[in-house]
Amino acid sequence: MITIINYNAGNIKSIQNMLKRIGAKSCISADAKEIEQAEKLILPGVGHFDYGMKNLQESNLIEVLNKKVLDDKIPLLGICLGAQLLGNRSEEGVLSGLGWIDMEVVKFDKAKMPENLKIPHMSWNEIKIKKQSKLLEGLNDESRFYFVHSYHLKCKNEDDVLATTNYGYEFTSAVEKENIFGVQFHPEKSHKYGMRLLENFNRFKV
Amino acid sequence: MRRIRIIPVLTLQNEKLVKTIRFKNPTYIGDPINAVKIFNEKEVDEIVILDITASKEKREPNYVKIEEIASEAFMPFAYGGGITNIYQIEKLFKLGIEKVVLNSILETNMSLVKEAAKIFGSQSVVASVDIKKNIFGKEQAYKISGTTKINLPLIEYIQQLENAGVGELFINSIDRDGTYQGYDLALIKQIYSLVNLPIVACGGAASVDSFLPAIQNGASAIAAGSMFVYTGSTRGILINYPKQEELVLKVYLQL
Repeated sequence: MITIINYNAGNIKSIQNMLKRIGAKSCISADAKEIEQAEKLILPGVGHFDYGMKNLQESNLIEVLNKKVLDDKIPLLGICLGAQLLGNRSEEGVLSGLGWIDMEVVKFDKAKMPENLKIPHMSWNEIKIKKQSKLLEGLNDESRFYFVHSYHLKCKNEDDVLATTNYGYEFTSAVEKENIFGVQFHPEKSHKYGMRLLENFNRFKV
Repeated sequence: MRRIRIIPVLTLQNEKLVKTIRFKNPTYIGDPINAVKIFNEKEVDEIVILDITASKEKREPNYVKIEEIASEAFMPFAYGGGITNIYQIEKLFKLGIEKVVLNSILETNMSLVKEAAKIFGSQSVVASVDIKKNIFGKEQAYKISGTTKINLPLIEYIQQLENAGVGELFINSIDRDGTYQGYDLALIKQIYSLVNLPIVACGGAASVDSFLPAIQNGASAIAAGSMFVYTGSTRGILINYPKQEELVLKVYLQL
């Protein structure tokens, strides 16, 4: 059973639809007691970094999430803003992130990009896989995913980088550290590629 | 390789899929759920679904149908038609859509854009502008499915939309709708020079060959109706979408 964390900052329904399609059991919860019992978590998210962190704080979920992810080591997948929140901080806001993965979230650097590329990066794009991972089993460098974001991940530690994507320049589009996964793109809106990724996550055991 | 979003636009009338020519003579195409299922298989980049009679009939969005469609849409899904307030927008996002497309409400309530962009992010707010030339060739924006003229010069209206904070401009040429004449390149170019927003070009696409000129004139994404629901100029109904290889060869690698 996958528990989707409902902190009022995400496209929860789309994720639930896709999980249902692949036959994965899921539930939605904003309740610390329920999340305490979770076997696997998805942290969705769309919107402003501080808004996401503030909602997690106000829902009193940070303590239980720290316990489940860092102590119990249950698998967690952050999607889009949910992946960004795994880091230390973001140029978008002032609040600290969850700090589970040693990374910053930075704005796309226009100076490094051709003029015809707009921000946000709103398009389908390919990933370049940087390390062997159960999350990306069956996927390859031709797999396409849907992106919509103005800020991107920047890891301190190369080992945490799971995949990169090119938009004007190469940026980190997926991270993995032990039981913690984060993807900048939207697997729930990425056809068979996203289906495969979520199937892999559903099957994943630490 | 830079990819451009290629977006089928489906128009709804009373829960049925229809296709118009110059916004007139809606012809029955089929069931929207079936079409979306086929578009899943074809791995389309995104879909736009517009209820073209909601504003005309002063109706709210048909939430039941939209939820049903969203549950089958494993690609980004933008919905437009009958949206007049923030509560409706919130409800729509909860049903599993990614973007709202605003049109008829914009002239009288531009602040809805600001409100929606603040809560849901500007990337999820699309302004659609339906444009028709008058007999002197002057371009004018229309609302309520092309039936009512917007009382502002086009340029001013578009600049107001940008200032209000929309994430994308969906530019639909009424004159080209369903005609297979190709996109109105001059129009795209003119709007591109005016704003910094991503432009989604719609109206007139005949085939994949129509896409590149539109992008070269400033479109950030490509939308089309007829070519994705009909086969050939005889308009036999066939839900279709170009293969990746063709898009890579004829579009992406040419950018």
